[in-house]
Order: sequence, then C-alpha cells, then structure tokens
Amino acid sequence: MSNLLAILRRELVGYFQTPVAYVFIMIFLLLSGALSFYMGNFYEREQADLGAFFTFHPWLYLFLVPAISMRLWAEERKTGSIELLITLPVTVLEAVLGKFLAAWIFTGIALLLTFPIWLTVNYLGDPDNGIILGAYLGSFLMAGGFMAIGACISATTRNQVVAFILSLVACFLFLLSGFPLVLDFFQLWLPQPVVDTIASLSFLTHFSSINKGVIDLRDLSYFVILISVWLYANVIVVRARKAA
Amino acid sequence: MSGSVVVENLVKVYGDLHAVDDLSFEVGPGEVLGFLGPNGAGKSTTMKIITGFLPPTSGQVSVCGHPVATQPREAKKCLGYLPEGAPAYSEMTPWQFLNFVADIRRPADRRGRLDWVIGQLGLEPVLHRPVDTLSKGYRRRVGLAQAMLHDPRVLIMDEPTDGLDPNQKRQVRDFINEMAQDKTIIISTHILEEVEAICTRAIIVSEGKLLVDESPEALRRRSRYCNAVTIQAPLKDSVRAALGELADVAVVEPERNQGLTLIPRPGCALENSVRDVLLRHNLKEVPLHIQAGRLDDVFHTLTHNVHE
Repeated sequence: MSNLLAILRRELVGYFQTPVAYVFIMIFLLLSGALSFYMGNFYEREQADLGAFFTFHPWLYLFLVPAISMRLWAEERKTGSIELLITLPVTVLEAVLGKFLAAWIFTGIALLLTFPIWLTVNYLGDPDNGIILGAYLGSFLMAGGFMAIGACISATTRNQVVAFILSLVACFLFLLSGFPLVLDFFQLWLPQPVVDTIASLSFLTHFSSINKGVIDLRDLSYFVILISVWLYANVIVVRARKAA
Repeated sequence: MSGSVVVENLVKVYGDLHAVDDLSFEVGPGEVLGFLGPNGAGKSTTMKIITGFLPPTSGQVSVCGHPVATQPREAKKCLGYLPEGAPAYSEMTPWQFLNFVADIRRPADRRGRLDWVIGQLGLEPVLHRPVDTLSKGYRRRVGLAQAMLHDPRVLIMDEPTDGLDPNQKRQVRDFINEMAQDKTIIISTHILEEVEAICTRAIIVSEGKLLVDESPEALRRRSRYCNAVTIQAPLKDSVRAALGELADVAVVEPERNQGLTLIPRPGCALENSVRDVLLRHNLKEVPLHIQAGRLDDVFHTLTHNVHE
C-alpha cells in the first residue's frame, strides 16, 4: 500500500512540475466553459441545471484524457526509467494502480476546478444540487474509464504519439458503441446477442442517464468494471512487454 | 560457501536469437565481477534478468538466497541496480527522486542514508535542479545514489562509467572501490582499463556464451604480449637482427623511434636473454619495459575467434 502511495505521489507531483498540468487544466476549463455557453446554450435554455455543461464532457475527455494517459507508460519505456521502477521492490500491480490513480486524481482536480459554473447556476436559479453532484460523479467515473483504456494502450508502445492516437480511437469506439456508426459495422458479421452486448458498452448511454440524475447501480458498476478490466490488461501488458 | 548472486544455466531467447546461452556463475561478498563482452553479447540482458526486470527463458537466478523467479520482492530488496544510461525521472530534482526511492526502499535510517549518499556522491550543488538539466556525470551519480540508498548487499551496475570524462570515471571507480569491501558487485563494461582498476574477477561473454571466468591477472597472462619486452630507443640494425634471432622470440614488432617489441613464444621469458644481447653490444643502460600483457589483445583474440 505504501509503495502504491509513493508511486501515486511521485506521479501526481510530476504533473505539476511540467507545463502538462497547467496546460491541461487551462484548456479543460476554457473548453468546458465555452462549449456549455456557446454550443450548449446555457443561458438560452433558461433551465437551472448543468445539462449543457456535462453533455460535452465525453467529447472533451475523448481528446484530453488520451493526452494525459499517453505518457503514463510510453515515456517510461522511452527513457528506460521503467527498468528502474520495475526493479524496485514493487509489484507491477502497485505500479499500474499508482500511475492510474495519480492520472485519475489529476483529472478529478481539473473537474473540481469547474466549480464556478456550479456557483453560477446556483446564483441564477435554484437547481437540484443532488443531480449535479451525481453528474459530477458520473463524469469523474467516465474520465476514469477513458484513463484506464489510455493507460493500458500506453503500455503497449514507447511512442507517445502512437499511444495518443490508438487511445483516441479506442475511446471513440467505446463512446459510440451504442450508435449506428459502430454497430452497423458489427451487425454485418456478428450474431445479435453479441451486437447487443457491444451496444451496452457505450459510454454515452451510461453517462447520459447519470447526467439526467438517474444514478443506477448498473451504470456505476459498468464504469467500475470497465476500469478494472482495462487495468488488469495493463498489468498483463507491462509484465509481458517490459523490455520491448 | 554459496555466492550472493547465483546464476545457473541461464538462457534467454528472443525469437531465434540466443541472447544468453547457458550462462552459469556465482559471485560472493568482497568480489567485484567485471562483465565483459562486445556490444550485443548479452551483458545487459543478463543483468536485467538478475535484477528481475526480465524473466529468463530457462535457468535460475538467486540473489542473497532468494530465487528471483519466486521471491522477486525479497531479491529486489537486497540489491541496488544502476541500469544502462542511468535513467531517472527527468522532471524531478535529485532530492525528490531520492526521496521517492526512499519511500519505496524504506531504509532504517532514512535521513542518515539520504545524507550519506548525497555527501558521498557530491550531489549537494544540484540537489534542487531538475535531473534533465544536469550533466551526464551528475546524472550518473544520481543513478548511483539511488542504487546505494538502502545500503544493498548486492550492487549491479550496467556500464557505470560509460560516457563520462576521465575525472568523472575516476570518481565513480574510487566510489566502487570503496564499496567493494563487503558487497557483491557486478559491473558490465567494455572499457578494459576499468577491469584492471576495480575488478577482482572478469567474465567474458560473447554471443551469450561464457568464454572466460578468471582474475584480471590470469586474463592478462593469456595475452601474447605477456612477458613481451619493449625497447623504446633507436637500435642499430645489427642489434635488431641479433634480438630477432633469439630462440624464444616469436614475433618482432616495430615501435616508434626505431624501438621494438619482442613477443615471446608461449610460456617463455625474454628479459635475461635480451639483456645479454644488449650487454654484448655495450647497450647496458638501454631501458627495457617488460609487459604484463594486454587485456585488449586477449579480449580481441577471445571474442574474435567466436565468429571464425
């Protein structure tokens, strides 16, 4: 446990020692604000909720989370520091969890820093803060899902650009797996039950119900299971391809 | 007595390349083992297997009595490792980096050990500068500090002086010599003078196979230059001819300033017969240099033959 915390702390401090943290947080806040006001019609809706704000989170994460996750393992491979990390008396699981949690907490910090929009909506009207809290939780879980996919893919390569693009594609497929864009492709050659399963994996479907204020255990466990599966794959990839 | 590091029948295969091919050796406390071989001979791969970074295809490694395959954590705890090129987290300062390693290694006297490695390796001036702004020499020292932090019984260093200037090389060697008394040390290198400067034993590998395992002195005696006599002075042709006709001389090699080197037949000493010849020519005061043998020559002969 203390190994995990040591790795987590090292990673988290690392974000704030490079421009990565500041650029990411700045862009995230600017885009999430601009999208909710201009494209989400935050004012014109005349509704005291943050629907206009959360609707764009899946699309923001699609680009921004792979930008964080791409370096998690690819950079360690490139600089050779992975050799140092793995030959310390830590397990691969501790390293995988430590890195993932640091990255996830970091996106959580960015998410928390959007609080002015919550203040704004409370100033302007009388929103249901329970729904907003639920949506924040859902958004955070979804960011974790994207991050776990990206972390695992980052471990397969030493090239951060490759990691970014592959993660983006993988996240895109998960995001839209409930939509014809993805389903039509599978419908051609897979039996219906499999296609239905794929459809049920969609981030958007699970997130939109949370966003509407319906906190269903199935949606929460969906993200928890998704994160666990990808992190488990991450452990396997790191074990198998340490030197590659 | 069994060694601190025991390697038995180690094999590592990548595709159809045998990077390490049935390697066995033991190293004990107080020994400094030099691991020599041409590039790609399997030195780094072997070290990565000993430190638990790579799994072997077959064979066993144990460190301080702990099999690396089944008790990796215990094995890793008692060794310090400086990977090739001394990688570190470049955005961190040495202070942060060493504290991170200390968080995981948890040495008993944390503050004391940190102060000790920082003092020993002279890291004070750069303690709070990011690692990627440091010179190669300092970066290497940060790597050494990291490996020494928990006072490990076994120290494994992959090319510890590669890319350093002569002064830095010397510092690192002095440091290793100081450590050598009670530790088991394995270093890989292709700098042969290093073997003479710090190693008590040398292993030469080529294409993953062990070729030689003996002391640097014994290794040097394999050289055809062992007991060769060099004269760094201009000699008359008649003297040269007389020296060249000595029964025990195998080869005569010219030196600069019209001097020469006489290489003996295997097992022969030349010094006395050469002195006799010089005396006969009234050249008593010409200085003779008796060679102890050249490691580079031995290295070349051994590793070159593999390809023939």
